[in-house]
Amino acid sequence: MSSTSDLRTRTAPPKTAFRLSMLLYDQRYRSITIQIVFLFALMLGIAWLVDNTINNLRALGKDFSFAFLSAPAGYDINQRPIEYDSQMTHGRAALVGLLNTAILAVMACALATVLGVIAGVLRLSNNWIVARLMTVYVELFRNIPTLVWIIIFGAIMTESMPAPSAFRGDTPTASMLFNDSVAVTNRGVYVPAIQFSNDLGNLPLGVVAPSINWLLVLVAIIVGIYAHKVILKNATAVQNATGIRPKTWWKSLGVLFGPVALLFIFFGAHLEYPELRGFNFADGIHMRNSLIAMWLGLGIYTGAFVAENVRSGILAISRGQTEAAFALGMQPGKTMRLVILPQALRVIIPPLISQYLNITKNTSLGLAVGYMDLRSTLGGISINQTGRELEGMLLMMLIYLAVSLSISGAMNVYNNRVKLKER
Amino acid sequence: MRKSVFYGTIAASALLAGAASAQSTLETVQSNGEIACGVSTGLAGFSAPDANGVWQGFDVAVCRAVAAAVLGDPMAVNFVSTTGQTRFSALASGEIDMLARNTTWTFSRDVDLNFTFAGVNYYDGQGFMVNRELGVSSAMELDGATVCIQTGTTTELNLADFFRVNGMSYEPVPIETNAEAQQQYLAGACDVYTTDASGLAATRASFPEPGNHAILPEIISKEPLGPAVRQGDDQWADIVRWTLNALIAAEELGVTSANIEELAAGTDNPEINRMLGSAGELGAMLGLENDWAVRAISAAGNYGEIFASTIGEQTPIGLARGLNAQWTQGGLLYAPPFR
Repeated sequence: MSSTSDLRTRTAPPKTAFRLSMLLYDQRYRSITIQIVFLFALMLGIAWLVDNTINNLRALGKDFSFAFLSAPAGYDINQRPIEYDSQMTHGRAALVGLLNTAILAVMACALATVLGVIAGVLRLSNNWIVARLMTVYVELFRNIPTLVWIIIFGAIMTESMPAPSAFRGDTPTASMLFNDSVAVTNRGVYVPAIQFSNDLGNLPLGVVAPSINWLLVLVAIIVGIYAHKVILKNATAVQNATGIRPKTWWKSLGVLFGPVALLFIFFGAHLEYPELRGFNFADGIHMRNSLIAMWLGLGIYTGAFVAENVRSGILAISRGQTEAAFALGMQPGKTMRLVILPQALRVIIPPLISQYLNITKNTSLGLAVGYMDLRSTLGGISINQTGRELEGMLLMMLIYLAVSLSISGAMNVYNNRVKLKER
Repeated sequence: MRKSVFYGTIAASALLAGAASAQSTLETVQSNGEIACGVSTGLAGFSAPDANGVWQGFDVAVCRAVAAAVLGDPMAVNFVSTTGQTRFSALASGEIDMLARNTTWTFSRDVDLNFTFAGVNYYDGQGFMVNRELGVSSAMELDGATVCIQTGTTTELNLADFFRVNGMSYEPVPIETNAEAQQQYLAGACDVYTTDASGLAATRASFPEPGNHAILPEIISKEPLGPAVRQGDDQWADIVRWTLNALIAAEELGVTSANIEELAAGTDNPEINRMLGSAGELGAMLGLENDWAVRAISAAGNYGEIFASTIGEQTPIGLARGLNAQWTQGGLLYAPPFR
């Protein structure tokens, strides 16, 4: 502080001796004084909270330890994206829950985005009936709590779908859909699963062991997308040089689907159909009632908010942009793709981020329909069986915070790419 | 100076926290004029509100007996509904003074969760209920079944162990409350509902057609259910424990709600006299008035009367005494002597 005031002495008024009262009455110091006092109050508040917690834990005879995470969990989880049984640890159970949370969040975000974009665009339609129908959808879902929707979808699945036993016998009262490949029951929906005859086994990566077949398919998809981008870039370069854009759709189709199709043939991919065995359907992919209720509840509910974001984004682009594009001879499809949407996205993306975050956080409502997400495993059963409420809740808060910040960070990167470039 | 302020604040808050927890549960209850008793969210026969909104049942009767013993008024109970997941937090945090909610006495709950179980008021075991249409007659035939289960209970762990030991697979459907489980089971969303056999009987009694559902013969666990209190307040634990013992001993000694006034005046049996307070100072030792047991037994009768009127064979629940008969009748109920 003294060195900087030395530098200022030439223009500053004659230096007066520092008095304590200047901390309060001198404008140069007052704001710093207030901040320091406030900081102390804040620290004292935090210290009091921590101290209170420690004292109360001691009074209850409890210690603070995360050792329970490595103890056997003892309970089973129905939806297991990774290998898990009741003798594995609470930490493993929490990981299964976290993956279930992620699966649900991704599915619900996708559904909300698709529904939201369709409803948002159609709400601006000139067709009176279509526009009003979308208004009804948006207002109906937006104004009823998501938990109520989740429970309604759960109840519809449980109460009005046939039991697996209804598919049995010579004259079954229920039958499978789509050529005996999909079974809709009151225990969930069974759909065919893709199986490989040439199984390359699993890749052991510490806690998870993903299937090598699926990893290779994923790599093929990523490579395909990259090659597709290169092809488009080359086409643009050719167009800029010659004025003629070469046809690329067959090349893109080839690189996008070719490698995946080849891999599928090489691996001997085939569909495994669900089949009624014993009490339930076996084989295929079982989408449980809880997952469907959560997926539809969160997806359709949040879709209504996304629709409003999309509508506001499109309305934010002035009519003059469309008219200018038309004046240049652009067709409506290209106008939307090249002129309106790139500008509208700037308005749509930031609120869309917060909708994705909402979905991710709302997955914690899963307990209402028995969906085994992070809240139900770590924050529910594990806490209850071990009595580690404080540790479990802190860990859960930390995980949700990390997940939300990651989503927010990733979406901000995307936002930076589409936002107005100011040079 | 800053440090001293800091430490001073910590010391002051520690003192405040210490002072807050120094009040015993008995003093809290007496100053509130009522007991906060944690019960289930509704299990017919054990704890459920009746048509007038008054809580009734076997577990509720324990709360009422303790309220009568401590406060002289069996109705001075504030019933707090708890789920399998919320009950222990509610008790540990002091939201409730005692938990009477078919809670199984286990090692980890007693030792690690720091609760004290005041005894056993119902010896139970985990059973399975299935629809008779399935044609299942034994739990060993349940391979691949979908099982409804209340989360956060010992039954959840027993279930996992049972299927694991017998090399069978199952699909758990986790559910929060008994009412939801009942709805899912009746809708056929699960083949099997599993919980304590007494709970199954109580749930089945509330079905539209109880006869269509069978409780399988296998009992896969020991479930001693009893009231629990926080560890560390031994006086309060003693009060709950000996109120329960008084109810059990009263049945053994033939003290009923009908004859208690007469017997309280004094009898030839010294143990009855000590228990009912016409001789000795047992009440004072507990920190209560000497007629505490008289009030507890007058609330809803002795153990046998409570059992008969809430879950016994004459009620829709229709449970036999079985293990819950007096030790003199071949059961496990055995109250220590009042001496």
